[in-house]
Amino acid sequence: MTQTITPEVVPERAAGASIGETTDLLVSPRRVRSRGARVRNVLLAIWLPIALLVIWWFASASSTSPFFPPLSRILEEFWAQWIVGPASMQLGSSLRNLALGYLGGALIGIVFGTLLWRFPPVRHVSNPLIYFLYVLPAPALLPAMIALFGIGELRQIALISFGAIWPTLLNTLDGMRGLDQVKFDTARAMKLSPLRQLFSLVLPGASPQIAAGLRASLQTSIILMVVTEMVAAKQGIGYFILQAQTVFAITSMWTGILMLAIIGTAANYLFVGVERIVLRWYYRSRALTNS
Amino acid sequence: MTIPSPESENTMSNLTVPTPAASSPSTPSHPSDAGEVLRVENLRKIYNEGKPHAKTAIDDVSFTVNKGEFVCIVGPSGAGKTTLLRCISGLAKPSSGSLSFEGRPLTSVPEQLGLVFQDYGRSLYPWFTNAKNVGLPLAARGMKKAERAERVSQVLKNVGLGHVEKQYPWELSGGMQQRVAIARALSYQPDLLLMDEPFASVDAQTRFDLEDLILTVRRDLGITVVLVTHDIDEAIYLSDRIVVLSGSPSRVREVVDVPLGDHREQVATRASDEFLGLRRHLLDLVMPHSA
Repeated sequence: MTQTITPEVVPERAAGASIGETTDLLVSPRRVRSRGARVRNVLLAIWLPIALLVIWWFASASSTSPFFPPLSRILEEFWAQWIVGPASMQLGSSLRNLALGYLGGALIGIVFGTLLWRFPPVRHVSNPLIYFLYVLPAPALLPAMIALFGIGELRQIALISFGAIWPTLLNTLDGMRGLDQVKFDTARAMKLSPLRQLFSLVLPGASPQIAAGLRASLQTSIILMVVTEMVAAKQGIGYFILQAQTVFAITSMWTGILMLAIIGTAANYLFVGVERIVLRWYYRSRALTNS
Repeated sequence: MTIPSPESENTMSNLTVPTPAASSPSTPSHPSDAGEVLRVENLRKIYNEGKPHAKTAIDDVSFTVNKGEFVCIVGPSGAGKTTLLRCISGLAKPSSGSLSFEGRPLTSVPEQLGLVFQDYGRSLYPWFTNAKNVGLPLAARGMKKAERAERVSQVLKNVGLGHVEKQYPWELSGGMQQRVAIARALSYQPDLLLMDEPFASVDAQTRFDLEDLILTVRRDLGITVVLVTHDIDEAIYLSDRIVVLSGSPSRVREVVDVPLGDHREQVATRASDEFLGLRRHLLDLVMPHSA
C-alpha cells in the first residue's frame, strides 16, 4: 500500500527539540486505492454473474420443459407481473412487512443488548432464556403467532421482529463487553455523563459488531418474510410464489423467486453501502494498521 | 524549598544529593506556600482485600504536590506506580489512608484533573476526529460549540499540532497521537495534569520531543504536573522533585529535590554534573541491590 506523506501538515516543532529530523510523519490513507483499481474490482465481482446469466439465457432458449421455461419468457413475465402488472402490490406489502419487522427487531435487539450489558445481574439471570429463544427456529412459532395475533400482517411483522432480535442483541452485548477498560477510565477522567458515555463511547465502540449483528438479522428477516407469507397469508411475494405453483403457472413462480433474489441482493448492498459510510472510521483505520 | 518528609526509613535525602538545594540559585521558584494541590497520606492499597490471594500493591505512601510543581514518581518495575496513579486520580479506591485534591477529600476523579494514559491507541476514541476527541471533555462541561472549536484549535496549537482537527487519531503518527491525548487532557484547563508513563509507547526521538513539549506546556500554562515513569533519566530531566518508590509493596524510599533550574535542554542538561550526580544517586535507590 502506498502511504503518502503530506509535508504541509507536519506539526510545529516543540521548543527545544533540536536533534535530527522530525519523526512525526502524517500518513494519509485517502489515495490508497486508485480509480483504476476500483473499476477492476467491480469488474472482477460482476463478470461471473453476468456470464452465468448469459449461459442461462442461451441454454434455456429452446427449452420446452414446463418446469424450466426460457429465461426470455421469465423476463417477459417478470415485466408483465411485477413492473406493470398486478404483482407489484404484493411487492409493496412484502417490503412494508420486512421494513417494519426488521427495524422493530433491530431496535429491540440494540436496546435490550445495551441494557443487558449495563446490568450484569439481569444478564446472568436471562442468559439461559436468551439462548433458548435464540436457538428456537422462528418458523416453529408461526402457529403460536397465528393464535396470538390472528392471520393479519401484525403476526407477520411480529415474527420477523422476533427473528431479527437475536443476532443483533447478542452481537450488541458482545461488542459492548469487548470494549477496552482504558476507554472507560478515560471517560471517567473526562467527566462524561452516563448518557454521554453511551453515545460517545459504548455505542460507537461496539458499532462494528452491532453492524455485524444487524446484517445477520437482515438475512433472518428476509427468510421470515417469505415464510410468513407462505402460511395462512393473503398477499406478499411468498404468497405469490406459492399460488403460482399451485395453479401451475411455473413461469410466474420463477418470476417471484427472481424478485426475492433481487430484494435480497438490493437489501444487502444497501446495508453494506450504509455501513461503509457509518463505519468509515473503522474500515479505514483497520486498512491503515494492516498495511 | 522544604521537603515534606515521608514516613519512611531513610529520609536523609538532601545529604546525599550532590548539589544541595540550598546552594543552588537556579532552583525554580515555586514556593510551597503557593498552595497545595495534592496531598497523599499513608496511602495503602490491597487488591482482593480479605481474600486468601490478597496482594498489597502499595504499603504506605505519603507525599504532597504544590501548585506549579513538576513531580515525577519513579520506582522499579512492578512497584505499583500505576496503581498509585489510579488512586491519586480517583479511578481506584485506596484501601486506607487519605487523599486530598486542592484541600478537599478526593473521592472520584476531580473536575480540575487532567489524565494522560500510556497507550494513546487505547485512550483516544478512534471513531471521533481529533477535534471531537479533544472537545469531548469540553462538551461534557457544557461548553458551546463555537467556543469549543476555538478552544480545541488553541490547545492543539499548544501541544505543537497544526491542522489535524478534521483527521482521525489513527491517521497520525504515535507521537502526534499522544499530543492529541495531552491536548485533550489540557483542553479544560485542569489545575493538575497526571500522566502515566506517557512517553513509553513512542520512539526515543519522539520521546525527547514530547518531554520538551510537556516542559513548555507546563511553563506556558503554569500547570502542576505529576508524572509516573520507570525512566530515571526522564524523571530527572523533567522534575522539580522525584518521589522514589521502593519495590512492591511500595513505600516512599526517598523524595529527591532536582535543582536543575527552569531552563533545561536535552543535550546540555543530561550531560551536566548535577544531572549525573542525581542519576547515580537515584540508580542506587532504585536498583535491586539496595532493596
